[in-house]
Amino acid sequence: MGAMIEIENLQKRFGAITAVDGVSFQVERGTVLGFLGPNGAGKSTTMKMLTGFLPPSGGTARIGGHDIQTDSLAAKQLVGYLPEGAPLYPDMTPEAFLLFIAEVRGLSGAAARTRVAEVAEKVSLQQVMHQPIETLSKGFKRRVGLAQAILHDPQVLVLDEPTDGLDPNQKKEVRALIRSMQKDKVIILSTHILEEVEALCSRVIIIAGGRLVVDCTPTELAAKSKWHNAVRLELQQGETGRVESALADSYGASHVEKLGPASLLVTTKDRRAILPEISQRAQKEQWKLEGLRVEHGRLDEVFHDLTRAGSRN
Amino acid sequence: MRQTLVLFKRELAGYFSTPVAYVFICIFLLLCGILTFYLGNFYDAGQATLGSAFFEFHPILYIVLIPAISMRLWAEERKQGTIELLMTLPVTLPQLVLSKFLAAWAFSGIALLLTFPLWITVNYLGDPDNGVILASYLASWLMAGGYLAMGACISAVTKNQVIAFVLAVITCMLFLIPGLPQVSEALAGVLPSEALVEAVRSFSFMTHFGAIARGVIDLRDLVFFASVIGVFLFMNAIVIELKKAD
Repeated sequence: MGAMIEIENLQKRFGAITAVDGVSFQVERGTVLGFLGPNGAGKSTTMKMLTGFLPPSGGTARIGGHDIQTDSLAAKQLVGYLPEGAPLYPDMTPEAFLLFIAEVRGLSGAAARTRVAEVAEKVSLQQVMHQPIETLSKGFKRRVGLAQAILHDPQVLVLDEPTDGLDPNQKKEVRALIRSMQKDKVIILSTHILEEVEALCSRVIIIAGGRLVVDCTPTELAAKSKWHNAVRLELQQGETGRVESALADSYGASHVEKLGPASLLVTTKDRRAILPEISQRAQKEQWKLEGLRVEHGRLDEVFHDLTRAGSRN
Repeated sequence: MRQTLVLFKRELAGYFSTPVAYVFICIFLLLCGILTFYLGNFYDAGQATLGSAFFEFHPILYIVLIPAISMRLWAEERKQGTIELLMTLPVTLPQLVLSKFLAAWAFSGIALLLTFPLWITVNYLGDPDNGVILASYLASWLMAGGYLAMGACISAVTKNQVIAFVLAVITCMLFLIPGLPQVSEALAGVLPSEALVEAVRSFSFMTHFGAIARGVIDLRDLVFFASVIGVFLFMNAIVIELKKAD
């Protein structure tokens, strides 16, 4: 069997605007794929096509071998989807709503009720099951949306900005939930939050201007940063000047950055590991150090560079 | 079929989970009562019938009340974004369109059935032709279906319920006016041939409603309402397909 999700040259045009311009990739089981990109890059549009809401203008996608256009019902059965902003019916209670979803998903009677109770427990919804959804807090609403998406234990989970607009505690809960479900599934989640990608994803795809610009692991992505393998030195007072000029001699003045009155950052052009040589030198020349550590690269900065470059095309 | 039923149940339950259903039913019954007893002079007419005093007002009453049911059908779904949820479930577009329409139609049927005290009254006071009354109820319900199909289609065009309401009222009116006697007379003066006047008249709900309500259930009138419903639901599906992403 091939990859769980196969996307081939997917395109979407809205009038004169091309929102998605030939995106292709495959996703295997067990992958948590982070979908990154600036607003309007085509993330949501790609997800909407993948879940069968929007028909592609060109290309296609297959889920578990089922084409989203010619075999859309079978494809939809394999997918759980949390649309952006987690839209729900405000007048319904979570229980009525989830029972409805269960029935549409082919469960009925006692089986449906059991499954709804299980899922409600999993996302901690029990105490609000009989309250109209419109009276619930944002965190609870999002959990109802998640519950709806995972109700039929789908093999593919597509989550469009699952933690957007939640407070830090709620974000943490949702992430824990996603992590608990990743086994044997494909999870695709779009996000703006780069720490989320580091915390959750095993693979990152960045889309900019409707095109795929990066497809790699979060670690590889961080390695693209000019900060990768940079060394940060925290110095005692009065030491900065001496150390700065010593470092500038060996690495070039433009590679030594003063981050504060007592901290320096040293980078190299080829991003090689320079920690050993710096720490040796510090011992030899008796620099008064408070701290010394390696930077692994900043995702936000890589993201910024890549998506800017992408949108210029 | 099963999916349509599940969707239908949710839709219909949706009417009763908010005050909308109760307000609508109360207003409908109140207006029916007022029109029948004051405007229709039910008592003074001294006839054991519901035709002239009760059913006669339904075409006009529905012009305002049916768009009030249909305006939210798709507009609300699009505004809330729940259309995305619905259309990514393993259901087909025809199932969605049909279930929404059938739920609205069933709801209008429930409101109509709740006018039964009038039927009891007329039977208590006299000896009406219950066959005609039954036919009139059928005619009224079919007409509601026609208006609802139009309203549903229009509701799919916009996210704004007020716009959906106003446009639906106007459309419903267009399908009523050609059948009014005054308009027919005026048309007879303008249009070159009698056949043309007849053709225009035949597009009016009034003409077909009146025919069935008299107690004559002619296949042509049934086909008329069935086609109106069919055509507008088909258009409804097309509009959804085109506009869902907006």
